[in-house]
Amino acid sequence: MTSIRVMNPGMYTTVQDLGRTGYQQYGMPISGSMDHFAHRVANLLVGNAQNEAVLEMTIMGGTYSFEEDVFVAITGADMNPKLNGKRQIGMWRSVYLKKGDQITFGAAKEGCRSYLAAAGGFDVPLVMGSKSTYARGKLGGLNGRQINKADLLSINQSGKSQEDLIGRFVHARNIPVYEKEVVLRVVLGPQEDLFTRKGIADFFSSAYGVSKDFDRMGYRLEGKVIEHDSSADIISDGIVKGAVQVPGHGNPIIMLADCQTTGGYTKIAHVITTDLWKVAQLKTGDSIRFKAVDVSEAHEILKMQEQTIIEIIEGFHCKRLKEDKDLRLSINNKSFEIKVNEVKICE
Amino acid sequence: MENNFYVKPAGDCAIAVEFKNEISEEVNNRVAILKASIENAQFAGMLECIPTYRSLTVRYDPCEISFDELRKRINEFMEKEGSSTESLAMVYIVPVCYGGEFGPDLDNVSSINGMSEEEVINTHVSVDYRIYMLGFTPGFPYLGGMNESIATPRLKQPRTKIYAGSVGIAGKQTGIYPIDSPGGWQIIGRTPLKLFDIDRKDPILLEAGNYIRFKAIDHEEYQRILEAVEEGKYECEKETITRGGAGNDFH
Repeated sequence: MTSIRVMNPGMYTTVQDLGRTGYQQYGMPISGSMDHFAHRVANLLVGNAQNEAVLEMTIMGGTYSFEEDVFVAITGADMNPKLNGKRQIGMWRSVYLKKGDQITFGAAKEGCRSYLAAAGGFDVPLVMGSKSTYARGKLGGLNGRQINKADLLSINQSGKSQEDLIGRFVHARNIPVYEKEVVLRVVLGPQEDLFTRKGIADFFSSAYGVSKDFDRMGYRLEGKVIEHDSSADIISDGIVKGAVQVPGHGNPIIMLADCQTTGGYTKIAHVITTDLWKVAQLKTGDSIRFKAVDVSEAHEILKMQEQTIIEIIEGFHCKRLKEDKDLRLSINNKSFEIKVNEVKICE
Repeated sequence: MENNFYVKPAGDCAIAVEFKNEISEEVNNRVAILKASIENAQFAGMLECIPTYRSLTVRYDPCEISFDELRKRINEFMEKEGSSTESLAMVYIVPVCYGGEFGPDLDNVSSINGMSEEEVINTHVSVDYRIYMLGFTPGFPYLGGMNESIATPRLKQPRTKIYAGSVGIAGKQTGIYPIDSPGGWQIIGRTPLKLFDIDRKDPILLEAGNYIRFKAIDHEEYQRILEAVEEGKYECEKETITRGGAGNDFH
């Protein structure tokens, strides 16, 4: 068993797994990572179960010191991770750290959230079946809160061998690109009938900007006001993440991981599960357009994403990265410094 | 649609079953009955149910069950709905120490409504309150059925901290705070029970679709129960009744 010492926590860093299921009926939000795809892949790279807890960093990452040798993987937004303040650390691949190594993250270049998985997973207690932090409820994760300077996070012993984990990587075609303008596919409803036809048309034809109010609970958007038929209020009903709520002011709010379980505003649509990671990687000023799909299309897209996960796992068995090499290349009298990874094709 | 309910997608991983658009025990019973049917059937792909006043949201895993299949199952449950209207519900007996340090606003409630404190307490314990849903904060019950003669507006200046277990009145509603939180309800008493206890096997005491009956206790009994609760030795008193037949009329 080893541990991570937090030298600097970063802007807002929490322990998250894929969430707390089964307690929404009692008013308990699901929580869990905002970008499930990056989270799951980080775990796969270090041989963990996909649901294992990881560190979720927001906008600005921290500095973490490792007390023993351990495999880690960094996915999600590129926060320019560096080893011992110098060498760039590759993302979307397994990285072997030695006792005393330190990783320093900076600000997200593109995207918003970065994930750090450690082989074996973080040893925090299960609260109602989950390791996820629900900071508003002061429960889960590390003492029910974001991590702070000087915290010590224990890492469980990994059952995987060094040979098994070394050189695992994700092929470039399966690494998401985080853009500032995204199209989110949505399933209309269930309260679409409480908007005017103009309201629905405006929702689909306008661009909405991410406001300053965006957190794990939800993203408030700004743009063309969406017109209700009569009232914006309904008798409170259940909320699941991805719900696009439109209160009386007419600006949409996308409900996310820590959203409350019930609410009394009209929901014009729901962002499909496969596109929620796109929202998780947006920040103030980024722009969203909505596009309608039906439920069966959404399920097809979801199955395609699951296929990508399978492809990533299969990739580990046939291709591995060897150590980085720094080369200097001269073309037409111009000199380039390049980092090269030899890919080993396994038998 | 037949039987007056609608099944709609709530995104690609949840389905919303909406009943009549009103707050009533009758509608909320249908929600509770469908929830029980779905949970008892325990079929693959069903993740969890979120019951609210007049709708049931069901989260599912589309890799295990399709929307159409789930809708079909829900329709089947709804066809059998009538046969299960006699299903049973639970009344949780919630002991409350009214007034004094635990109920600083009991005098407000009595003076605003021109009643004695004793009359307020007697009115408050006289009915079974329907738990329409839980939400807002973990374990917070949305209760229905309070006698309007003790209705009292919220405090003009909300308190920054209301202790867990506090029982309050806000307008025509009554409720219990499951965790310490800020709030503007008129606090009339406190229960030693923990509505939310993370260290308990079932962290949340109440369940939507059931009822609460308040029982007045004195300070001594409050302390005695509190000690038992803290030692994990107190079992909440419960009574089984037929759903919708709580013996009161509060539509």
